[in-house]
Amino acid sequence: MLSIKNLRVSINGKEILKGINLEVKPGEVHAIMGPNGTGKSTLASVIAGRDIFDVEEGEIQFRGKDLLDMSVEDRASEGIFLGFQYPVEIPGVSITNFMRTAVNEQRKYRGLDPMPANEFLAKMEEKKQMLEIHAKLANRSVNEGFSGGEKKKNEIFQMAMLDPSLAILDETDSGLDIDALKIVANGVNKLRRPDNAFVVITHYQRLLEYIVPDIVHVLFDGRIVRSGGKELAIELEEKGYEWIRA
Amino acid sequence: MDGISTTYNTKDTLLKLFDEYFGKPAADGNPDIGQLRREAIAVFAQKGFPHTRLEKWRNTDLSRALNHDYSFPLNPDNSGVDFGDIFRCDVPGFDTHMIAQLNGVFIDRGLKPAQSSEGLVVCSLAEAFVKYPQLIASHYGKYAAFQENSLTALNTAFASDGVFIYVPDNLVVSEIVQMVNLIHSGDPVFVQPRNLVILGKNSSLKLVQCDDSVDDQIGFINSVTEVVLAENANLDHYKLQNKNDRSTLVNNIYFHLESGANLSTNAISLNGGLIRNEANVKLNGSGAHADILGVYLMDRNQHIDNQVFVDHAKPDCTSNEMFKGILDDQASGVFNGHILVQKDAQRTNAYQNNKNILISDKAVIDSKPFLEIYADDVKCSHGATVGQLDSEALFYLRSRGISIENARMLLMYAFAAEIVNKISIPQLQLRIDDLVKKRLRGELSICEQCVLHCNSREQKVSFEIDMSKI
Repeated sequence: MLSIKNLRVSINGKEILKGINLEVKPGEVHAIMGPNGTGKSTLASVIAGRDIFDVEEGEIQFRGKDLLDMSVEDRASEGIFLGFQYPVEIPGVSITNFMRTAVNEQRKYRGLDPMPANEFLAKMEEKKQMLEIHAKLANRSVNEGFSGGEKKKNEIFQMAMLDPSLAILDETDSGLDIDALKIVANGVNKLRRPDNAFVVITHYQRLLEYIVPDIVHVLFDGRIVRSGGKELAIELEEKGYEWIRA
Repeated sequence: MDGISTTYNTKDTLLKLFDEYFGKPAADGNPDIGQLRREAIAVFAQKGFPHTRLEKWRNTDLSRALNHDYSFPLNPDNSGVDFGDIFRCDVPGFDTHMIAQLNGVFIDRGLKPAQSSEGLVVCSLAEAFVKYPQLIASHYGKYAAFQENSLTALNTAFASDGVFIYVPDNLVVSEIVQMVNLIHSGDPVFVQPRNLVILGKNSSLKLVQCDDSVDDQIGFINSVTEVVLAENANLDHYKLQNKNDRSTLVNNIYFHLESGANLSTNAISLNGGLIRNEANVKLNGSGAHADILGVYLMDRNQHIDNQVFVDHAKPDCTSNEMFKGILDDQASGVFNGHILVQKDAQRTNAYQNNKNILISDKAVIDSKPFLEIYADDVKCSHGATVGQLDSEALFYLRSRGISIENARMLLMYAFAAEIVNKISIPQLQLRIDDLVKKRLRGELSICEQCVLHCNSREQKVSFEIDMSKI
């Protein structure tokens, strides 16, 4: 599904990703772990199409298409979703309006008619309940005045609405208390299917107790230095990142 | 300026015209008004049209707009004009008592407001000069100070018609009063409507002023409106501007608030060649409150200039100013906000803000917030921001599949929504909201006949004016 080969990325001349290789197949959940500043968020942003980075070398293929030639919005319509580490506040745009625009633009890209209003509202209602989001939240401006936890829940809500093939969740667990973490993880687990995949970026093993990964990667200084099963996350938690460095 | 003569011969023409019409003392029935005219024309004769060497006009240049061979329709006969033929307002559910001016002159349709039996008066200013001499003597020309403003002086010299509204004490006007000011002429036309709105004690009024062009002819409007709010009166006021790119609109409004009066005024400028809005608000009694809001969406070579002067003359008044603008292409804008807190105006609370988004490199805004404070117990704050669309927010929207064009649209719309959402007439809010969306998508045509007439281009209602009737 996603195939990254020898990806080298820099920002302002400073190399951040120094040759990443990653293969994600349908039905898989990958976890990417690693200390701060090793390039985890950069990797997520580059896949989503953030243009502040320079891709020096390498390629990213998504379902056989070259992602690096695609606009941000086309990547989204192809089925890529990025759950932001720091979701942006957008005063004046309601979540409902935002999601209706996004859903319908993605449908248009795929040659479908806009979703009928009643169908859309029913879907909103269903996903809201799944994530225990109260009605009031949905009528407010996107992320405006939301707590950290509300913002992260809202990311998962958007993911549920857009139903992507590949979701990259960038530190979705940071800023969540244990109850919110369970709700978010539960939402992700409900959306898991044989034909979609998740890349979960996290510092801590805690989230991976609820979203159980198939493969764990350790990103260190711009490279994936180790990959393994879910037990790798536990080992990391016990021994710390120094263990990898050694 | 290269290649453009700025001879201001418009001034000489106007001075000659004044002599012709008002030079003889007998020309005016009312000697007080005649006296006012002569004082005003003397100010205009001395000062002339504003020029860019004046601090208040530094960034708004009228010379190009004045450099046309204007006609000055002073006493056209509009009696035969069928109003329904030239204007239709199609805002759903927006039932108003509509009064219209064509080229600055009131069109009498013989309609009386529903509450006329309770003393509500809505008529032409010319009629009020004759019928309500006492109200005219008490209020006309009392708020629009022309000594320092040569355009207000010019208007005062020539003012012969416009709208007169009188709301007696304690009357809550249930109908929305809508003033439609249309310009439609075969030649470049220079018009000077003059309006007077009087709200009695504890009265309440919703007033919508629409400035529209109905063709693409060159026009210059120099409009003056005086509004007085007696104790505890309440006015909800909107100015909607959708002029063609060849029009010049100078709007001077003078609000005078007595104690406990409450004003909300909202200037919504969607199109216009050159628009200058001057809102002068005098808080002349304790406990008065004014919200002065505005939103402007300009592109191409359009120019918008908002001048707001709030005079806190008495203690315990509050004022809140918020103007937001989006400028694209080579559009230019000016915001000049001046809050004066006089010595006695203790416990004043005044807020002022101007926020702008510049879409293109060539768009320009000159924003100048200014506080002048002589009292010591006051709370004043002001701010101005100029920026581009937030790139983080753009990326966020696009990452959900929203195209860059629509993402920009959404952000601009959201920016303007802060002002639009404050419109308290629901039908009007819905329609303005829709108009703003259309405007941002580039679908709002300036040639549509009314700012509120916002069917898409395909559905445009065409109409003809029978020129022989004007």
